[in-house]
Amino acid sequence: MANEKVKLHGFWVSPFANRVKWALKLKGIEYEYMEEDVWNKSNLLIQLNPVYKKVPVLVHNGKVILESFLILEYIDETWNQNPLLLPQDPSQRALTRFWAKFAEEKIFEAAFNALCSHGDEQKKAVQLTMEAMEKIEGELKGKQQFFGGESIGYLDIILGWISYMLPVFEEVGSVQILDPVKFPATIAWSNRFLNHPVIKDTLPPKEKMLVYFQERRHIISCANLGWIKF
Amino acid sequence: MEKSDVKVKVLGSWSSPFVLRARIALNIKSVNYEFLQERLWEGKSELLLKSNPVHKKIPVLIHGEQPICESLIIVQYIDEAWSSGPSILPSDPYERATARFWAAYLDEKWFPSMRSVGIAQGDDAKKAAIAQVEEGLALLEEAFAKCSKGKAFFGGDQIGFLDISFGSFLGWLRVTEKMSETKLLSEAKTPALLSWAHKFCSHPAVKDVMPDTEKLAEFSKTILARFRGAAPPKS
Repeated sequence: MANEKVKLHGFWVSPFANRVKWALKLKGIEYEYMEEDVWNKSNLLIQLNPVYKKVPVLVHNGKVILESFLILEYIDETWNQNPLLLPQDPSQRALTRFWAKFAEEKIFEAAFNALCSHGDEQKKAVQLTMEAMEKIEGELKGKQQFFGGESIGYLDIILGWISYMLPVFEEVGSVQILDPVKFPATIAWSNRFLNHPVIKDTLPPKEKMLVYFQERRHIISCANLGWIKF
Repeated sequence: MEKSDVKVKVLGSWSSPFVLRARIALNIKSVNYEFLQERLWEGKSELLLKSNPVHKKIPVLIHGEQPICESLIIVQYIDEAWSSGPSILPSDPYERATARFWAAYLDEKWFPSMRSVGIAQGDDAKKAAIAQVEEGLALLEEAFAKCSKGKAFFGGDQIGFLDISFGSFLGWLRVTEKMSETKLLSEAKTPALLSWAHKFCSHPAVKDVMPDTEKLAEFSKTILARFRGAAPPKS
């Protein structure tokens, strides 16, 4: 699969695009990165992803693959060298996919709402985030280094935003979600994840994220729009 | 290892399109299973609550002792666990990604838009809701041309992942057509999907488990009536 054209369209702060970067780097796949401005979408992005008009978009030899979850599976199936991102056993694969979907629907959504809301609505969002995270904390107990075992896998990649972006949400929203008493395993996993050589060099700068999400929170609060995803 | 002697159960309901996906997939693989119909109005069974504590939803596939939840995850599991049967996912990674993309689109955008037709109050709202559904169907008509490559199904000669994901909604699509007095699939706008729908519903893995439209329509009235607090119509 060497010398095949791989292009990733992303946005610097998008946790979804970052997942794909991590997967490509873990597999040692060379790729070209195209920064897209999601607040001023290019015609190319709209052409590549007419249904959702979002990043990430992976283009491999002219084939367009969308949605971070699906791109990860595509990468794992197309470049099936180590590390394998998904387990081999069908029931383990089903569980991995299950928790990934759960985390996206219940943790990310609620955490983003906690970032952007105030008062009672924010309290509720924090509570929902923590309730969902308790399930993931449970899954981490007894695991080795990562969800994927000794090495980073699919679920680590999907949940990776928790390690570097959730603290930003907490700071901007003035909330605490990653309670060390409630989530010791998650925090330990998060530190290991952040220190992984592939991960630590692909994180957006924290200061820049703080400014970005401050603005998002401000805009959303002013417009009272509730749920808006970038 | 096929685990062919291990018991397979499906927890679900005859009316759920998500449950239907699991049953069609098992039928394709010729896997014998026990279907456990959830009681409709008396609350969720112990087994359901135990097997799917996170969501408490159907379908749940129980393979031996192992519960598997979420319909699209179940279908992929069935394909992988019974690997010697006919394939459900395409073998090419790009085609797999495409099939999964449209399946996710169906669940996240298209089916909710179809449900909105039933809920919409007033002519304008209904028209707008129907227009959204039709927009989605236009996308799917295009997707069918690309995926089928001239064959009968999204999966080619045989029904595959996207056929199952989409086809499972056909019962409810027909109910929506009946209730809204509109043809959503038509010769004029979606000729390929119209023909595909007919072939899908006649397929041996589908025809005995696809719910009857009349029965679904009656059931839909019952749900609405209960929702609005009235007594359900006599069945």
